[in-house]
Amino acid sequence: MTDIALTTTHNPSRNWGRIALRWLLFTLLGLFALFYLMPLFVMVTTSLKSLEEIRTGSLVAFPREVTFEAWRTAWSGACTGIQCEGLRPYFWNSVILAIPAVLISTMLGALNGYVIAQWKFKGANLIFSLMLFGCFIPFQVVLLPMARMLGMMGIAGTIPGLIFVHVIYGIGFTTLFFRNYYVSIPQELVKAAKVDGAGFFRIFWSIFLPLSLPIIVVTVIWQFTQIWNDFLFGVSFSQAGTQPVTVALNNIVNSTTGVKEYNVDMAAAIIAALPTLLVYVVAGKYFIRGLTAGSVKG
Amino acid sequence: MTEWLERHIPKMVLAPSFIAILVFVYGFIAWTAWVSLTRSRLLPKYEVEGLIQYERLFASPRFDTAMTNLFIFGTLFIVISMVLGLLIAILLDQKIRTEGVLRTIYLYPMALSMIVTGTAWKWIMNPGLGIEKMVRDWGFENFSFDWVIDPDMAIYAVVIAGVWQASGFVMALFLAGLRSVDGEIIKAAQVDGIPNWRIYSAIIIPSMAPIFLSAFIVLAHLAIKSFDLVIALTGGGPGYATDLPATYMYAMAFSRGDIGQAASSAMVMMAVVFAIIVPYLYSELRTKHD
Repeated sequence: MTDIALTTTHNPSRNWGRIALRWLLFTLLGLFALFYLMPLFVMVTTSLKSLEEIRTGSLVAFPREVTFEAWRTAWSGACTGIQCEGLRPYFWNSVILAIPAVLISTMLGALNGYVIAQWKFKGANLIFSLMLFGCFIPFQVVLLPMARMLGMMGIAGTIPGLIFVHVIYGIGFTTLFFRNYYVSIPQELVKAAKVDGAGFFRIFWSIFLPLSLPIIVVTVIWQFTQIWNDFLFGVSFSQAGTQPVTVALNNIVNSTTGVKEYNVDMAAAIIAALPTLLVYVVAGKYFIRGLTAGSVKG
Repeated sequence: MTEWLERHIPKMVLAPSFIAILVFVYGFIAWTAWVSLTRSRLLPKYEVEGLIQYERLFASPRFDTAMTNLFIFGTLFIVISMVLGLLIAILLDQKIRTEGVLRTIYLYPMALSMIVTGTAWKWIMNPGLGIEKMVRDWGFENFSFDWVIDPDMAIYAVVIAGVWQASGFVMALFLAGLRSVDGEIIKAAQVDGIPNWRIYSAIIIPSMAPIFLSAFIVLAHLAIKSFDLVIALTGGGPGYATDLPATYMYAMAFSRGDIGQAASSAMVMMAVVFAIIVPYLYSELRTKHD
């Protein structure tokens, strides 16, 4: 805590100045809060209005008549191009895509991090640097060969194909998270366990894994947010029927046929955002830790 | 045999991931680099022809627009997010009782997909029904806010949405930085009667240099990779007024069938990322070893 805040004085004129400053502070913070909340507010209220009310009313007004019609359409009737099944099938695509991709990449990251932090061998640091570097490449540089590779493997345009892609390009970050966590555990622990006759996997399973809950939560949240929100891989490597929810949302919003249903667009956007928003509200602390760990290396 | 196995297990555990990274990151970069030197169009060709794709790329007005946009968007996005993030962090650092709630509010956009952010702002900035109509209904008949459909202003609309999404995250970084400054120094300064704004500008902010660097790296990285936001907000339009290198590359690869251009523009993006990241990573890894 930087203990800057305003030392107390008994001079009444300075007290008035303090109170005015305090009010200014709260006003500014409130205005910023409005700026960040406004889009969410507009999305929610728009999604609850009828099209008629949207055309005649104000952007920031509460709905005069609340209707969930747009939500129903967004979930099961809106058109993504030629199909009109709403967001539902694509939402489930994202679910069955994200769960295995998150689990596999987290597991691999835990094992890799364990090796790099605790079983150092010649070249381990170089391997770590190479992996770390892979986190930073713009994915455009691997899109073309990956499209061909998925074709050769026979999983182009499928959900397993997308899972594969997300696992491969998730390994760098998950390894980084676990490596940085395990590196602070004293090496003597492994040495003592080895003296007692425990092997590589035994030590991992009974000593390291039980210590890892916080970093597992951080990694799972990070990976889930990344994969759920991904658009580039989804739009590049899926086909009609296997698209994730972000791609379907974009198709609904930008489909040019028929009347523009802004309330349906907003309901669809909220549906697509709900899982990650929920994670943020429930486990915000871990979410922020992942963000900062993923950005402030080391 | 078991002893040999026991000794080599760590390497064998790491091997699959390492090979995957070698092939799917470094091998693929090499492939893209190779193809960027050929005459590939719809299908890749492998005869190296030199720098013709790069010549085409830098002669293309569309790519020129994309690079200019990246520069405008990148600069404004980074500068505004940093200024806003720092300002909010300092305001929040004044012993606010509701800090937890406010922090949650400022940071939630970071949990959203850029597609969601783009969709929301596209609606808010809709010329017929969004902010423009709202302000006109308040009585300002001549108010106009049609940036999303104005070729000259659309890229600034992208900046607004981008800043909305990322500035809270910068705030969180700076807030953590403010909290890590040595409290003793600040107390000493206060005892000496130095005003608060001087304490911030002369002591606290200079000591946060590493955080500025981190924030810059993250934001620059986000800016270069920005693809979803533009797709959802403007679709790269009007025309190609809001194209970025990322959308240019995607258009060449998947709708224009011009693999050579896609590969060379991807390599240019990679070069921009490297120019920013490599010095940073190098210094980070070196200090780790010392």
